[in-house]
Amino acid sequence: MAGIRIENVTKMFGKQAALKDVSLEVKDGEFLVLLGPSGCGKSTLLRCIAGLEQVDGGGRVFIGDRDVTHLAPRAREIAMVFQSYAVFPHMTVAQNIGFGLRMHKRPKPEIEKRVKEGAALLSLEPFLDRYPSQLSGGQRQRVAVARALVMDAPVLLMDEPLSNLDALLRLQARADLKRLHREVRRTTVYVTHDQVEAMSMGDRIAVMRDGVIVQCEPPMRIYDHPASQFVGGFIGSPPMNFLGGTVKDGAFAGDGFSLPLGGRRIETGRQLVLGIRAEQIDFADQGLPAKVLVVEPLGSNALVTVMVGKTAVKVEAPVNTTVKPDEDVHLAFDLAHARWMDATSGNAVDA
Amino acid sequence: MNARTIDRTLIYGSAVLLALWVIVPFYLIFLSAFSRPNDVFVYPKPLLPTDLSTETMQIFLQSTGVIAAVLNSIAVAVITIVLSMLLGAPAGYALARFTFRGRQAFQLIVLATKMFPVAILSIPLAVAFVRLGLYDNIVGVSLVHTAMALPFVILVTAGVFAGVSNELEEAAMTLGCSRFTAFLRVALPLALPGLAAAAIFTFVISWNEVFAASILTLRQRTLPALVLFALQQSPLYFKFAGGFFMVMPAIVFIFFMRRYLLNLWGGR
Repeated sequence: MAGIRIENVTKMFGKQAALKDVSLEVKDGEFLVLLGPSGCGKSTLLRCIAGLEQVDGGGRVFIGDRDVTHLAPRAREIAMVFQSYAVFPHMTVAQNIGFGLRMHKRPKPEIEKRVKEGAALLSLEPFLDRYPSQLSGGQRQRVAVARALVMDAPVLLMDEPLSNLDALLRLQARADLKRLHREVRRTTVYVTHDQVEAMSMGDRIAVMRDGVIVQCEPPMRIYDHPASQFVGGFIGSPPMNFLGGTVKDGAFAGDGFSLPLGGRRIETGRQLVLGIRAEQIDFADQGLPAKVLVVEPLGSNALVTVMVGKTAVKVEAPVNTTVKPDEDVHLAFDLAHARWMDATSGNAVDA
Repeated sequence: MNARTIDRTLIYGSAVLLALWVIVPFYLIFLSAFSRPNDVFVYPKPLLPTDLSTETMQIFLQSTGVIAAVLNSIAVAVITIVLSMLLGAPAGYALARFTFRGRQAFQLIVLATKMFPVAILSIPLAVAFVRLGLYDNIVGVSLVHTAMALPFVILVTAGVFAGVSNELEEAAMTLGCSRFTAFLRVALPLALPGLAAAAIFTFVISWNEVFAASILTLRQRTLPALVLFALQQSPLYFKFAGGFFMVMPAIVFIFFMRRYLLNLWGGR
């Protein structure tokens, strides 16, 4: 049983800080997703947990109750799946899956048994004698996962394991990984830049930006209550809508609209950004005046882009919506679903 | 005739010319080396191998010192391969895997050693070798050949190791390997064909090297040194046989390694 605890980890690459004083706790058995744009430090953080990077300064990494900060990867009791899968090309599937067990000098019958179990778990039995070059991308990815799982390490680390698969396969593999996690219940840290993956798989998501964790909460909490404009814009498809404006006479006044603040006490003159999800907005007889730009029917619903002043706003409408381009419409939404952010810092304002 | 046809004609024409430029001398040497000694003087030469004989080659191989020189050459080449791989492959690995201070400078300096002509170095070397007791000794020649082959070995093995993904070694390390066993179990087996190519090319460098070998030896001649020494006093057919014997390893090497060499220099 092992959770992961990261305390004040900093990582420098030359003069560039990839991680800035990051602290994070992953509970035992939890599936935690590190999410962020490329270059945000999420992979570096994962590699610090794995021991492939040494942390700088006084940062510490704990797995279970052990301080592993200065241990080599092989002494940390972790297993890792790499973005390129890192399947050994000169070994068969069976040899790949059993590699870690052989390195740990397990008895032969045990290795054979566990390789069979691992292969069964990922439906790889027909390919055990093949070489990686004879496998498809999805099969190689499964070999990498099987090779990590048979190690029975309490901690499983995954670095964008699905990013090299095509869209359809990724959907399938995502569900497979989620099912596997439910079956084996290892503490998992999963790195991705795909917010859909993060939303669908994670028990919690740690959103990272510029070497800092900006928010670490369950997916729906992050979706509904983004801690900043960046998080709201990064999570969700389409991203959260943002409308800029100023507080004036107890109302929020923006480009061609004014909304009552509804009893919130925010000092007059403060510049704010209103964040609202596309599915929270309806077309109504009165409300925010807007002009329809594009209507995109998407099958289950229609995505309508409207202009509020000079700001584009996405609205998720029923697929049979009657609005047409260039039509003047009104937008209505419940302010309870809106998030207020400070215009300068982008951070959520708790009003 | 459109532009494409002209382009193709030019490309294939130049390719054929280049190929002929290389092949024709080899072919003539081959013809002369495998005809009877006196046929070498026949004009006009028959351009087809109608009358092949191993007599000339036999004369060459049986002349004084040739067998000993061949053995010397092989010994020198083997020592050179062992030394240059032991010294060069780790340097190549370091260049491929690590970013360290002065990495660029190191790469440049490795190449810069190629700028010193052996002719300039050979006299001081000969003096030093006499003092060290390495003069007229195959170990001495091997050391010089190692120095000459090292830049090549370092840069080629760097390319070879760069072709083996670092993630493979990291994966091995998360699966229970130390850095060293990860290298042994994963990087080395995958790099082996490339390392073999580098070793064979080192063999060719040493096998063909004539200048240092002739300056630094007197009786312990390598084959090129012996042939060079014997060139003036020997008959024409002897020169052809010697030339053929010298050039053969390189041709065999290119023949087996061509696809790999194309990958190495054309692919990256």
